[in-house]
Amino acid sequence: MAVTTPQTPAPDLPVEERPRAIRSARTFGDRVFRALAGGAAATCLLIMAATGIFLTIKAIPALQAAGVWDFFTESVWQPAEDKLGVGGLLVNTVLIALVALAMGVPLALGLALFINEYAPARLKRWLTGAVDLLAAIPSLIFGMWGYFALQEPLSGVARWLADHLNALPFFRLTTPDAALTRSTFIAGAVVAIMITPIITSVSRDVMAQVPRVQCEGALGLGGSRWGMIRDVILPFGRSGIVGSILLGFGRALGETIAVVLVIALVFEPNFNILELGSGSISALIASKFGEAQGIEINALIAAGLALFIMTLVVNLIARSIVNRSKLGG
Amino acid sequence: MIVDPVVPAEPVPDARAPEDTDVPFRPKQLSAKDRVEYLLSAGSGLAFAWALCLVMDWRAPLTFAIWALVWFLGCTYVLSRDRTSRVVAQDRFVTTLIWLSGLLAVGVLVWMLVFVFLKGVGGLSLSFFTEDMAEVGPLDPGGGIKAALIGTLQQIAIATVISVPIAILTAVYLHEIKGRFATPVRFIVDAMSGLPSIVAGLVVFTIWVNEGGGFSGASAGVALAIMMIPIVTRTAEEILRTIDDGLRESALALGAPQWRAVLQVVLPTARSGLITASILGVARAIGETAPVLLTAFGSSVTNLNPFSGPQANLPLYIWGLLREPNEVSVNRAWSAALVLIMLVLVLFTLARVIGERGARKRGAR
Repeated sequence: MAVTTPQTPAPDLPVEERPRAIRSARTFGDRVFRALAGGAAATCLLIMAATGIFLTIKAIPALQAAGVWDFFTESVWQPAEDKLGVGGLLVNTVLIALVALAMGVPLALGLALFINEYAPARLKRWLTGAVDLLAAIPSLIFGMWGYFALQEPLSGVARWLADHLNALPFFRLTTPDAALTRSTFIAGAVVAIMITPIITSVSRDVMAQVPRVQCEGALGLGGSRWGMIRDVILPFGRSGIVGSILLGFGRALGETIAVVLVIALVFEPNFNILELGSGSISALIASKFGEAQGIEINALIAAGLALFIMTLVVNLIARSIVNRSKLGG
Repeated sequence: MIVDPVVPAEPVPDARAPEDTDVPFRPKQLSAKDRVEYLLSAGSGLAFAWALCLVMDWRAPLTFAIWALVWFLGCTYVLSRDRTSRVVAQDRFVTTLIWLSGLLAVGVLVWMLVFVFLKGVGGLSLSFFTEDMAEVGPLDPGGGIKAALIGTLQQIAIATVISVPIAILTAVYLHEIKGRFATPVRFIVDAMSGLPSIVAGLVVFTIWVNEGGGFSGASAGVALAIMMIPIVTRTAEEILRTIDDGLRESALALGAPQWRAVLQVVLPTARSGLITASILGVARAIGETAPVLLTAFGSSVTNLNPFSGPQANLPLYIWGLLREPNEVSVNRAWSAALVLIMLVLVLFTLARVIGERGARKRGAR
């Protein structure tokens, strides 16, 4: 079988001077090879499709029993009476992710600028290694460190925030002597460290795309280094940086084990982020599935489906922003 | 407008700055005077924070550090604002903050590694590696990670056997074949890399474990493979991208069909990079807890058959012990965590060493 590679010959040339169309025979081996590689690529599509489809099928009984609207707005978990709702957990999942972004984004962007613009060349290599290593450390270890090492100093900070910054509604406490451990705040701090590597590495890539000539131009005009960053690098990389932050948000939403270890699971939405008691969809699945029976299993799958859809949407938006910013700027 | 309007094009000699005006002024270079200022600011910051904490009776070291930092930043800003200009002061202020974020990230990493080491090193002994938990009560001494190590080894092997061929072939599809669906496939692989680990476990649980398959090491292997595929694919694609196009074209020009060009020229050239990609995938999968929790479930006895019955593995071993409210269990968990982090570190270093050696070799060619 001969395949003609589509080539548009320059139309203004006389026929005899037009380049000859290249014909190459695709051998049997090539066809097998292409089919194999295509099959592998299709497997990836298949895995994602299967995830969505099977989770939906298994989620339907629980959604029917509890009612779709109630399932996503109520905050109860009584499988025996078909009363199931993850509304509060959804809120708390997003709250943990927002706290993580509030702490993680400045750190990650600072780190990205440090590696790209400030660090001496030797340090640069070590730092990139450190960021990669931070990404490779298991979530379980983060959780143990968060629970055993971070709890005490951070609850001190939480106490200070509650005493001095309680003009802000989310720093208020319901009772003055409320426990300040195992909270959204502390879980968010742990997750902040965990999402730093992804934000740093993606935004570093984007910032490195800024034409060096423009940076040097800014410096040559007498701008300081911060002036160069503020007026050239950040505006140029803005959409890519936004994308990297969204990617971090997606990771933070799905983080499981570190969050389970740190928080005390509650089902109600808890807007007092400094106080004991928080929750996340993944924490619910990890801590309840061991003794789940019957409809409760379906309910956990439905919760997982909600998480899957949420992270998928965030990730797809983030990726398309990042990809576009890498192409055009 | 690119440059701050206040910035003079020429360095204007400041009446208060006695520096030699022939030398162009560079805000990023610190003069001897600047250094003294920084040191004094730091000293006064510490003194201020100490006094403040004493007066207000704040005990937390973190509070002390934050106030010292705030005072230091304020001091350096005001001093350089006074002696030079607003632009310089801002630049230095931000420089300090950015250095701090670098130090903080490295500090957290070191803190975590040291913390795990100190907590876990006491419980390590030879028997910790050769015993399982079958006949060990929660408060008994002894017992170890034998079952967990065997489980981890088998599950990771299964995950690697499944994911590495798929991932490398997908990378080949994306970069060698550049098929019609390359863009959507790349998009999906990216989406997969953001898949929450618990969802990977949940889907295998839904399709296999809960449908009569039961908990097993093999199902954990499949869940881990789902986590590994995107990592290995993206790294492998990056590696293929670094391979010189001339190499491909030479092979094709010599008359090789594409499959031989890829199999005998491109992939062997990329070999070290592909090994790096696979090791990085393994390093990521070895510490995953959420997917294996829903598939392997964990077990205190040694289960040599990954195809039937719950199986232990290292993260599940730690997870199980952390749920038990006693000191002995938690100490055991720390020792196992140290072993786990050591494994990750070894794999990570190995991947980097192989990757760098390979990159050097390719560069020299």
